[in-house]
Amino acid sequence: MNVIEARGLTKRYGDFTAVDGIDFSIRAGEAFGFLGPNGAGKSTTMRMISAQSTRTSGQLEVLGLDTTDHGPEIRAQLGIVPQADLLDEELRVIDNLVTYGRYFGFSRKYCRQRAEEMLEFAQLTDKRKARVGDLSGGMKRRLTIARGLMNSPRILLLDEPTTGLDPQARHLLWDRLFRLKEQGTTLVVTTHFMDEAEQLCDRLVVVDHGQIVAEGSPSELIRRYSSREVLELRFGSGHNEAAAEALEGVGDRLELLPDRVLIYAEQGEAALEEVLRRGLEPLSSLVRRSSLEDVFLRLTGRSLIE
Amino acid sequence: MSTSSASSASSAAPASKASPTTPLAVPGGRPRRGWGWWYVAEHRMANVRSFWFSLLLIGLGSPFIYVMGLGLGLGVLVDRNQGGQGVDGVPYLVFVTPALLLAAVMQAAANENTYGTFGGFKWSHWYDVQYQTPIRPWEMALGSQVGVLLRNTITTGCYVLVVSLLGIAPWWRVALLLPVAMLLSVAVGFAVMSWVATQEQDRGQLGFIERFVTTPLALFSGTYYPLSVLPDPLQWIGWISPLWHAVELGRWAMYGAAIPAWLLAAHVAFLALLAAVTGCLSAATFARRLDR
Amino acid sequence: MSEQAKVRSRGLLHGLYAGNVRAVVERGLKVIARNNWVIIVSGFFEPVLYLLSMGLGLGALVGTVDFHGHPVAYAAYIAPALMAVSAMNGAVYDSTMNVFFKLKHAKLYDQMLSTSLGPLDVALGEILLAMFRGLLYAVGFMTITTLLGLNLSWTAILAVPAAMLVALAFASLGLGVTSFMKTYQHLDLVWFAMMPMFLLSATFFPIDVYPRAVQWVVMAMPLWHGVEMIRQLTTGFVQPGMGVHVTYFVVMVVVGATLATGRMKALFLR
Repeated sequence: MNVIEARGLTKRYGDFTAVDGIDFSIRAGEAFGFLGPNGAGKSTTMRMISAQSTRTSGQLEVLGLDTTDHGPEIRAQLGIVPQADLLDEELRVIDNLVTYGRYFGFSRKYCRQRAEEMLEFAQLTDKRKARVGDLSGGMKRRLTIARGLMNSPRILLLDEPTTGLDPQARHLLWDRLFRLKEQGTTLVVTTHFMDEAEQLCDRLVVVDHGQIVAEGSPSELIRRYSSREVLELRFGSGHNEAAAEALEGVGDRLELLPDRVLIYAEQGEAALEEVLRRGLEPLSSLVRRSSLEDVFLRLTGRSLIE
Repeated sequence: MSTSSASSASSAAPASKASPTTPLAVPGGRPRRGWGWWYVAEHRMANVRSFWFSLLLIGLGSPFIYVMGLGLGLGVLVDRNQGGQGVDGVPYLVFVTPALLLAAVMQAAANENTYGTFGGFKWSHWYDVQYQTPIRPWEMALGSQVGVLLRNTITTGCYVLVVSLLGIAPWWRVALLLPVAMLLSVAVGFAVMSWVATQEQDRGQLGFIERFVTTPLALFSGTYYPLSVLPDPLQWIGWISPLWHAVELGRWAMYGAAIPAWLLAAHVAFLALLAAVTGCLSAATFARRLDR
Repeated sequence: MSEQAKVRSRGLLHGLYAGNVRAVVERGLKVIARNNWVIIVSGFFEPVLYLLSMGLGLGALVGTVDFHGHPVAYAAYIAPALMAVSAMNGAVYDSTMNVFFKLKHAKLYDQMLSTSLGPLDVALGEILLAMFRGLLYAVGFMTITTLLGLNLSWTAILAVPAAMLVALAFASLGLGVTSFMKTYQHLDLVWFAMMPMFLLSATFFPIDVYPRAVQWVVMAMPLWHGVEMIRQLTTGFVQPGMGVHVTYFVVMVVVGATLATGRMKALFLR
């Protein structure tokens, strides 16, 4: 069963095409990701899904409703976690949730109880009376998620959920999102972080310049567009290019980046032996598993984070 | 796909601890529709709680100072010079009291709407947050205005109380100022909102409303003296000024100023029309601006 | 050869003052010239509007007012008061709101202080800028009142330096007060203190309408002294008590400057 269906979805601002005729469908209960660099059209797509932005052309149905005519009805069943938290800094933590819950038309009593539950879920119960301004970045993010859950949404939209958070805060957040998924919430995530997409998403689309360039589960995409392992070599600034020529034929494929050379191979260690056998002496070498970063590099010729 | 799943899910949910996706089994979990504007106003009032003290201080203190200072002090000069007949047939204090209140209401409505509206889009992002929920753009515009109105009603109530206690006019006449002040607050509020909502950047032009609109209007709308005292070429300011129309109504309320019924109706109609037209404009601008 | 940054500091002010107020003032003037001129000009119109509204309209109802035994036309009576109020408002705005905003948001001072400028350079610069603005307003306003025939004596020319003294006093005190401020609500309190002063300091009517006790309170407030001083100069009815008014403001400057300098670190290095 699909909860979101898009066909030829397009958004133009004047001459600029932010989203360029994309098709996707999102199934109930799955975690679906939009992976791409900043400016790829992910946030615009999210805004169209939540009926906050009217599409220029194409079709888009959320929970069986056309987004153009049913904005409020659709948003009543969505939870939205925007890129900037947009919390009310003048109110206390709990009041942020209660006032938000009221927007959905719930009674005050219901909002208060629901807010307590959500604070517990977001592990913020001991901060319930704190001012929002005094929270850390990770806490604010969890509060924003708690806010998005006030209306018991069937779909939760998360725009860049962990951008700007430290590693510990990110893992804490992912754990919470995992639990949501286990409980049956459909998650729709945009991210420009590979590890996030790999951690969270059952299925994802890679977007670039407003178009979908690949679709599948993280492991499928890696299998299809990359090798099992990657060998990263650094020869020092200015020397990478010359080294790349000498590395011709090692592994399955080779990418030259400004600061390093990537060699895609089934066996990274074997590739490294070959490199050393050719008499090349990299300043550093690293064998790692292939990631979505490599998929993206392969598909677009660019890395995700410049 | 059924859209009534919120209620069906709640009946299916086990009685144990609520999970984030299942609604609590509490009465009131069923959303009420059509009150969106009220929730917006409510949020605005929630923020007032943090500075209620200064609101009350200014609410009670400023009418006292204005009435005692300007009204009494100027009254001595004016009444002495007018040979005891006062202005418009009443002592100057009675003449100026409704105008002082209404000028303050106008300025508060303008200020709140200037920074409240702009801030809602650019600083606090309230409107962006509300737009994540079923709240419609027109409900945001209306709800914000109701929030300002409530605040102005509180300060006006304080003023009415102080003026009644001072015995300047019978309390029921003073109380009639309340609906006039509310009408003025909404008319000026929406007028200011309809312009501010179109402003994308603050390069100091927001302050122009106070400097080039409300301050001149407060000075030239027959506030401190009858409009007829001004030279003819300046009297048109009063006719287009919402403040003048409200002040005329206020004087009729306060001491029964001699104004024909049709003119009273015209004053009310002017303010109501201003509120309706600029209210619709505001709602349209909100809808256009939020959809991007 | 690269020029060494010159730092002149003296005893007590070591680390606070680098003798380079000019850089701050120059930057401020550039900002004024580029962006804020409409706002600056509009600040000049406010007292003129008050003068026209009250002088023209209310004047018709009031007629003349008695000032130290001489009848004075109402417009001529309030014009000097508006000049004093304008000097006060401008100076207080610049030294509280403006400084507070820059401290909290624009982070302008952090930038300045990370160069070789000391906090005192910055503070003096702000005050000088405020004074410059005040001078423009005072001269402009004097021109208008002269054209309207509201200056009754040659001593009116002295009203300009008098207004500058009022502005300097309020600016230095304002800067001192700002050093204690933490939130925007504190700014509201400043304006709440200024409003009654504006209404009651013999601006629109003489204070003899009050009971004796209230009169003493009013006479303790700085704006009343400013209004008296400037009014005596523009009307030409200079009283022997003039020295008291001048002394009042000199003391205010000293107190404000001492406070501001003492709290300088709290103000700028937070």
